[in-house]
Amino acid sequence: MSETLSGAVVEALLLQAGYNAALVAIGAGLLGIAAGAGGSFLFLRKRALVSDAVAHATLPGVGLAFMVMVALGSDGRSLPGLLLGSALSATAGLYLVDWISRRTRLAEDAAIGAVLSVFFGFGVVLLTIIQTLGRGRQAGLEDFLLGSTAGMLFQDAVIIAVGGALAVTVVLAMRRPMMLVAFDAEYAAASGIHVRTVDLIMMALVMAVTVIGLKVVGLILIVAMLIIPAVTARFWTDRTERLVIIAGIVGGLAGYVGAAISAAAPALPTGPVIVLVAFAIFGASLLFAPNRGVLAAALRHRRFRLRVHERQGLLALARGEPILDGLTLRVLRSQGLIRPDGVATEDGRAQAAKAQLDERRWQEARQIYRNEAIAGRYDGLTAIEQVLTPDEITEIDRRIGGPARVEA
Amino acid sequence: MGNEFVQFSLTPLLIGILAAVACALPGNFLILRRQALIGDAISHVVLPGIVVAFLLTGTVASLSMLLGAAGAAIVAVVLIEAVKRLGRIEPGAAMGVVFTAMFAGGVLLLEQTDTSTVHLDVEHALMGNLESLVWFQAQGWQSLTDPAALAAVPPELPRIASVCLAMAVLMVVFWRPLKLSTFDEGFASAMGIPTAVLSFGLVVAAAVAAVASFDAVGSIIVIAMFICPPAAARLMTDRLETQIWWSVAFAVASAVCGYVLAGYGPLWFGGQHAVSAAGMIATVSGVILGLACLFGPRRQGAGMVRAEG
Repeated sequence: MSETLSGAVVEALLLQAGYNAALVAIGAGLLGIAAGAGGSFLFLRKRALVSDAVAHATLPGVGLAFMVMVALGSDGRSLPGLLLGSALSATAGLYLVDWISRRTRLAEDAAIGAVLSVFFGFGVVLLTIIQTLGRGRQAGLEDFLLGSTAGMLFQDAVIIAVGGALAVTVVLAMRRPMMLVAFDAEYAAASGIHVRTVDLIMMALVMAVTVIGLKVVGLILIVAMLIIPAVTARFWTDRTERLVIIAGIVGGLAGYVGAAISAAAPALPTGPVIVLVAFAIFGASLLFAPNRGVLAAALRHRRFRLRVHERQGLLALARGEPILDGLTLRVLRSQGLIRPDGVATEDGRAQAAKAQLDERRWQEARQIYRNEAIAGRYDGLTAIEQVLTPDEITEIDRRIGGPARVEA
Repeated sequence: MGNEFVQFSLTPLLIGILAAVACALPGNFLILRRQALIGDAISHVVLPGIVVAFLLTGTVASLSMLLGAAGAAIVAVVLIEAVKRLGRIEPGAAMGVVFTAMFAGGVLLLEQTDTSTVHLDVEHALMGNLESLVWFQAQGWQSLTDPAALAAVPPELPRIASVCLAMAVLMVVFWRPLKLSTFDEGFASAMGIPTAVLSFGLVVAAAVAAVASFDAVGSIIVIAMFICPPAAARLMTDRLETQIWWSVAFAVASAVCGYVLAGYGPLWFGGQHAVSAAGMIATVSGVILGLACLFGPRRQGAGMVRAEG
């Protein structure tokens, strides 16, 4: 990134890049919050890709709305009119997905793919008709494919900001029932929530996000704003309410930062920039998230290996067997359990005796509790004190006799 | 007709038909395996692959494009698996994350690259340009036997023809294992069929069909042809063999009707210009699917099938 560009991005991030750009960045941020939070309900309902069909189904609506407005004598570029048209055809697409997967043997994924491609194809036909209407300029309908915020009109920016704020309000107002339905639809139904209505509101929210996002993110990539934040949030938490909040934050951040970068580099289509910002946050979460991240998993695996080597090393010491494995020797040495020449230290002998006792107690315990869950807890690492009570251990010790001494 | 038809319509029509069939054949299995959206994902990730291939070689030669796109498809499959396993994310969402991000990357790369000298832009990638694949050297039907004129057919035609043939041959060769593993994966692997390899092979075959058709007709047709003709065929019959024939028939019908409607339809309504053939072919395939949904003899399926839905 060049010096001037990064300067311009910082300027846009601080809302210094002009009134319109600031409004668009705020609108994109609000849209991102609504998309992230709304998308996480969809994600939890395992219907993430339905939104892709909804998004692609907006195109014929945009084209038809433009043609109707031209026929009525206006120049056809009014954003509210185009958005209304897109909402209508998106509703038709959503209804068809539902109808095909309910009424025929085709699975939902086939219905999604069919609606998506056919509506989009029909939309392209309409766009080529509009191109040949002799009006030369196409009212920038191509901008709806990939999003473009360059040269956006003031009232359009207001519509996006207000629409984003409204969508966030709906998420806030409906978060309880939507969370319940998303988490466990049957339980929600049993506790008196009308699941179908909540599902409808959820889809309406997705549709609103799609329609508002048409101008900013574009219809091909808006699905990313609904899915990526939710999937990202999944790496950070196992709790539904936190998932929704984190997804909202990720989406808002991606929308805001992406719109700011795009304001500084107007040649770039806005949608891909926002999506790549979201993907960068996702990538960072995939690698560095505390529990599910790749790094955390690798560390966990390493710790586990070291524990296994330590335990097996101690047992070998206790039995007086030579240790040949390099990693085991390193582990024992670093813990101060053996001296550099491989002879056990005082501490090492004590711990070896403890490990051996633990092993013998386990052996006995697995005989006594053969048919109980406790026998399954044996993994060669868990100390028996964590599983059995002192009384039970005393009983085991009575059977096997006390700890055996480990000689150096 | 005659001369003008051969010159301007024969090759695009043939390319459209072959592309439709090449996608519909693997599409039959994708539909039955509930992997219909793989076609959607592939047609998106092909874009970055093609752009990277162009950046590396500086040409739009077909082989490098094909390799780039196939590479991108493999990267996508690996990434989707990684997201699915590492995050324990459901496959649909994992796919959504990967293909949108790769498509976004492809668009940005394309916008940053100077492609003014070659025919490579986002709109072309989405919508294709079937109408431009004309055969200028043709003088009429007799050109079909004239080697000099035949040497000048658009290179897309032999390419998509060989891919279409390859799809048919692969399907015949692997018919039994493919059918078994599609309907009962557990039984197939008990019979010693390497189902994982077969499944990956199917995705790669779909990717090759997508890339070859994508080059000629754009990604809308690719997605529509992967799904609509096989889905409509599925509503006509319970037998896989019959379903394949139906899907081929629907694919050909979509391509022919779509092309003719796009080229001549506007003239019937007093228009001056043709509309997008790729878009019209997708639309016609949707109409066929709609009719099959309403009237197809097997639209409801057996009780077992309903229970899954």
